[in-house]
Amino acid sequence: MKYLDEYRDPVLARSLVDQIRAAATRPWSIMEVCGGQTHTIVRQGIDELIPVRMVHGPGCPVCVTPLEVIDRALAIAARPEVIFTSFGDMLRVPGSTSDLLSAKARGADVRVVYSPLDAVRLARTHPEREVVFFAVGFETTAPANAMAVIQAAAQRLTNFSMLVSHVLVPPAMVAIMESASVDAFLAAGHVCAVMGWTEYEPLAARYRTPIVVTGFEPLDLLEGILMAVRQLEEGRFEVTNQYARAVRRTGNTAAQDAMRRAFRVADQTWRGIGPIPASGLVLAPEFAAYDAVLRFGVDGVTATEHPGCIAGDILRGTRTPLECPSYGTACTPRRPLGAPMVSAEGTCAAYYSAGRTPSP
Amino acid sequence: MSTAFDPIAATCPAPLAETERVLLGHGSGGQLMAELLADLTPRLGGSALEDAAVVTTGTPEVVMSTDAFVITPRFFPGGDIGSLAVHGTVNDVAMMGARPVALSLAYIVEEGLPLEELRRVTASAATAARECGVRVVTGDTKVVGRGAADGLFVTTTGIGVRLPGARVSASHGRPGDVVLVSGPIGLHGVTILSTREGLGFETEIASDSRPLHRLVAAMIDAGGYGVHTLRDPTRGGLASALNELAAASGVGVELEEPAVPVPAQVAAACEILGLDPLHVANEGCLVAFVSPEKTDEVLAVMRALPEGSGARRIGQLVEDHPGRVVMRTLVGSTRVVDMLVGEQLPRIC
Repeated sequence: MKYLDEYRDPVLARSLVDQIRAAATRPWSIMEVCGGQTHTIVRQGIDELIPVRMVHGPGCPVCVTPLEVIDRALAIAARPEVIFTSFGDMLRVPGSTSDLLSAKARGADVRVVYSPLDAVRLARTHPEREVVFFAVGFETTAPANAMAVIQAAAQRLTNFSMLVSHVLVPPAMVAIMESASVDAFLAAGHVCAVMGWTEYEPLAARYRTPIVVTGFEPLDLLEGILMAVRQLEEGRFEVTNQYARAVRRTGNTAAQDAMRRAFRVADQTWRGIGPIPASGLVLAPEFAAYDAVLRFGVDGVTATEHPGCIAGDILRGTRTPLECPSYGTACTPRRPLGAPMVSAEGTCAAYYSAGRTPSP
Repeated sequence: MSTAFDPIAATCPAPLAETERVLLGHGSGGQLMAELLADLTPRLGGSALEDAAVVTTGTPEVVMSTDAFVITPRFFPGGDIGSLAVHGTVNDVAMMGARPVALSLAYIVEEGLPLEELRRVTASAATAARECGVRVVTGDTKVVGRGAADGLFVTTTGIGVRLPGARVSASHGRPGDVVLVSGPIGLHGVTILSTREGLGFETEIASDSRPLHRLVAAMIDAGGYGVHTLRDPTRGGLASALNELAAASGVGVELEEPAVPVPAQVAAACEILGLDPLHVANEGCLVAFVSPEKTDEVLAVMRALPEGSGARRIGQLVEDHPGRVVMRTLVGSTRVVDMLVGEQLPRIC
């Protein structure tokens, strides 16, 4: 099939595996930042074929959304006047006492949407209800979420608001570069499709770490890994672009403009990792009227995480799910203790759905 | 800008108290549903129930199956709730190696449903039954108040007669058996999702809803006792069906990813939504475990019928890892294929 089959060709894949084996003289540690990449790597078993240690990064938006934001979502969704809209994989993330799917079963009007603009449409067609959109994600979802609030304002909708928990990739990469030993990064291709890669150039230079902008198909990942290994072997530390069919150096400037209009950069807490300066987005002051936290007065909802899983280590790549005593026993996708077990993009869920178990 | 390790921040919440309410995921054909049935079926005094069962031991053996249809939307490309109800029950009977004979058809109608819609569904069910060579012999209609049902729910019961020479069961898979699939997977689930959610994919896509009893008869005719196991992978998809059969037969399943027929539209839709085609529902294909010496003959008769024209081998049964399904991936590595957990949840990005 066009655009998919080309990047799943078994013969080419095996050739790239052979090239990586031939190129790597040391067991380099390479972190793929994005959960979508983790999923492809684990589903295809790529990491088990190559002499490189793949470290799974924090790039699962579901996983890093703070507990108290989930609790605020539950508090808002429970209100009878609210239609709470969300991308599907947020629904099963455990808050302190419940999740959105269970809230739905108890009668909350929780709906899956596929675009934030669908939520704006719902607000227009249901003027008698309060429509709230759960705006989460990285730079990939931020432009569309920005457009939602910009459109809602343009249409003067008074019954639309957003619960915002947006995170940015480069600050998280800096945090990892400061604290963990990762030799190279595969940057998330879709994030770079929006943002370009200029912001990664000073990081590669300062931390002397290669960064390869990489796509999500099996061949993309194998090629990205090969490009990173070659840089490491040659002692280079540049930003290079494997995902040339989707990413330009400057990214999508129209999308960046929409983000700049609707959002401001702010400090953000990452679930499992902790606070990272200037690593999130909040609504810009001119859109404060669309902030669901203020509208529903849930800013008093706070939550404290309890011990029970090692999500922080997983998200920073310092431990793998197989090193967690709860993985696969107390913690499964059916009864997740932590967010990385919930989303299809979470590292623990990727491991579990691929049937990975600790070696006896 | 470094973040020091903080043991409090680096933790996850305590486990949630187990919910005592039914979730939508309990009906999705995956692990949640298996847990629900494991809770309920012992209360019926029996062991695990299959989609259909043999109810007499004399000759001919009579097979019975029952099913309920609550699909939204009621009309979709490739069928509607009426034809789907007939095909679904005909197929459950057929998967026991039986020829379907008669059906019951019962409606639970929500007050306010346009009569014209009820007529259309009924005409569609009648046409489907006629094309299957099955009679609708009894029925029932109940009307409930607005809000007590969603438009129209349909339940069916089917009976059939076991074909001479058929000895199929979920537990009859043997190491060495070849795993066959009758055609492309994922069409029904993707069609329903894209129609229901108004996703507006540009490519034409239609449900594969259709009867499979003629295909089964041809397979039994050609393969006889060599046809060990048949299953139509509806909710939960091919992955859930194979996991159930692997467990019932006490064998391992080895799949070859490049051999699994995923149509381009299904692959693209699943890619966009973050779904696994192996977990997406089907209503017009079957998976079979067939002894290796009968495989060529069985494949030949399958391919001679329109509903089996895309039949192919996708793997084999092994003694290793009983109860587990393992897939050799495109890049030549392996992974375990598990059942769907609850509902399929479209992802963020």
